[in-house]
Amino acid sequence: MHILLRGRDISDIYKFDVYTANGGYEGLKKAVSMKPSEVIDLVKASNLRGRGGAGFSAGMKWSFIPQSEPIKYVAVNADESEAGTFKDREILETNPHQLIEGAMICAWAIQATAVYIYLRGEFWDVAHALDERIAEARKAGFVGDNVLGSGWNCNVYTHLGAGAYICGEESALLESLEGKLGQPRVRPPFPAQKGGGLYKEATVVNNVETLTNAPWILVNGPDEYKKIGTEQSSGNKIFCVSGHVNKPGNYELPLGTTFRELLYTHAGGIANGKQIKGILPSGGSGPIMRVNGNDDPILDTKLSYEDMAKAGTILGSASIIVMDETVDMVWVASKAIKFFKHESCGKCTPCREGTFWLDKVVDRILSGKGQESDVDLINNIAKNMSGVTLCALGDFAANPIIHTIKNFPEDFKAHVEKKEVAAEKAAPAKAAPAPRRGKEAAAQAGD
Amino acid sequence: MSIHDEKYAKRIEATFAKYPDKRSAVMPLLYIAQEEYGWVSPEGIEEVAQYCDMDPTQVKSIAGFYTMYSEQPKGKYWLQVCNDLPCALRGADEFHKQLKEYLNVEEGGTTADGMFTVEHVMCLAACDKAPMLQCNFHFVENLDMEKMKAQIEQWRAEAKAEKK
Repeated sequence: MHILLRGRDISDIYKFDVYTANGGYEGLKKAVSMKPSEVIDLVKASNLRGRGGAGFSAGMKWSFIPQSEPIKYVAVNADESEAGTFKDREILETNPHQLIEGAMICAWAIQATAVYIYLRGEFWDVAHALDERIAEARKAGFVGDNVLGSGWNCNVYTHLGAGAYICGEESALLESLEGKLGQPRVRPPFPAQKGGGLYKEATVVNNVETLTNAPWILVNGPDEYKKIGTEQSSGNKIFCVSGHVNKPGNYELPLGTTFRELLYTHAGGIANGKQIKGILPSGGSGPIMRVNGNDDPILDTKLSYEDMAKAGTILGSASIIVMDETVDMVWVASKAIKFFKHESCGKCTPCREGTFWLDKVVDRILSGKGQESDVDLINNIAKNMSGVTLCALGDFAANPIIHTIKNFPEDFKAHVEKKEVAAEKAAPAKAAPAPRRGKEAAAQAGD
Repeated sequence: MSIHDEKYAKRIEATFAKYPDKRSAVMPLLYIAQEEYGWVSPEGIEEVAQYCDMDPTQVKSIAGFYTMYSEQPKGKYWLQVCNDLPCALRGADEFHKQLKEYLNVEEGGTTADGMFTVEHVMCLAACDKAPMLQCNFHFVENLDMEKMKAQIEQWRAEAKAEKK
């Protein structure tokens, strides 16, 4: 059952008429018939947790907004930039009205004055299509002045970023929306507080996928929502599967689904008959998991916030990057650190300098010129970046390096001792390309 | 050449109407300047600064921070190949290398005829459709060199037709 990727079931649900004919905007109607505080309580009771990576309770976040403030904002985080993450884009392309509706439900709950959808600049075509969808919703009275005759005014606007991973960090996103460099702010004040949000007003920042859940929760109720998933992780989650699998793509499944089911029942198994060596379960920024081949019981780990924490890693945005036995993990570490070196905003010294030097030392090892002491040097630099920066990017950059060394020491050792490491880097997986939208995608996914 | 040109008036007006603060329009206006000049030229920076009541230096620092603003002229087709980890696992590094060889350009370089600029770029959120690239902000996905060569011929033909 798709709650989010409904374009898989109804291919033209991106059209306003089709969306409303299939229950669209009923959740917003219900919300507007309730008191804002009741909407917040309902979303709290559903146990909807933030899908951007942190997994914080959405209802709780909304409840932090001081109701007495005359100006409040909702900022939708559509700056999807984590390596391996491509779920928000599918929502925006195939089910955009449900995001608009979800954002408006949140806006009603906090009595916001406006909603800004911050899209990464590369979603250029997506943003221009979304503008048209917003105009349709405005024309029908779901957005804009006097929403559904309630006397409440709230407009929705898109804002395009211009290529900066850091703008997915909520305070950097707000800085960027204000026309400044996308650099994180010192907190407190937090975005939910007066003085800490957009234009210094109290602001809720939520991920696209999080808000897209809201209409379903309003219509079906929190109890129905909690029936899906595990006790601590309610609802469906979109898992972005990439790398060495036969059918890469988005799969919307209940939280608590195992890696084995995701990778074999849905993503078509491991490409080219190879064995799995490692999985990055949360894009480029989370701790890498060691997998000793396709029979490793670690693949029975449930994809929920609590089970992933027990396994020593994180669910994050659930971007599952699969790597087979041919992959050299020093090369993976190098790819990861090059990303963060490029994306470090430069504000905090440990991150700016740390990513620069980590890249140099990892490259030295990769090129066969490293020494044994280089591995300790990397760990030393990485540890000095963790927990000491204004935002989590410093930790994100250190994480993959620390865990690749910890979980794949033999790969580093082989380079230092100049032994042969898996020679074949990045063998292109011969797999059918994933189609973009609609029923064709559903048919291929077998759901 | 100027972003004061009548053809941009409506878009600029609609942009300022979105925000309570003029400064928020700096990023959308930089895109317009880039469209007008082909890159964020000094003239474009000056004009955006005037519109947003900002110092040109501040506008230039914004243009420098974000990678989608080009601080130098690019080819007619600006090809940005994603070669981050998920794409690289599906052959993007090799594709990127072959593309540069085919067009005979260095990393970040532009072909002698001014048609194509090729450079690598960070994750574009299309990891399941790798190898892929962004051409003038539009995604071209599920590529291999055969498809790419055909696409390049198509772009060349389009450019020729435009000239006539």
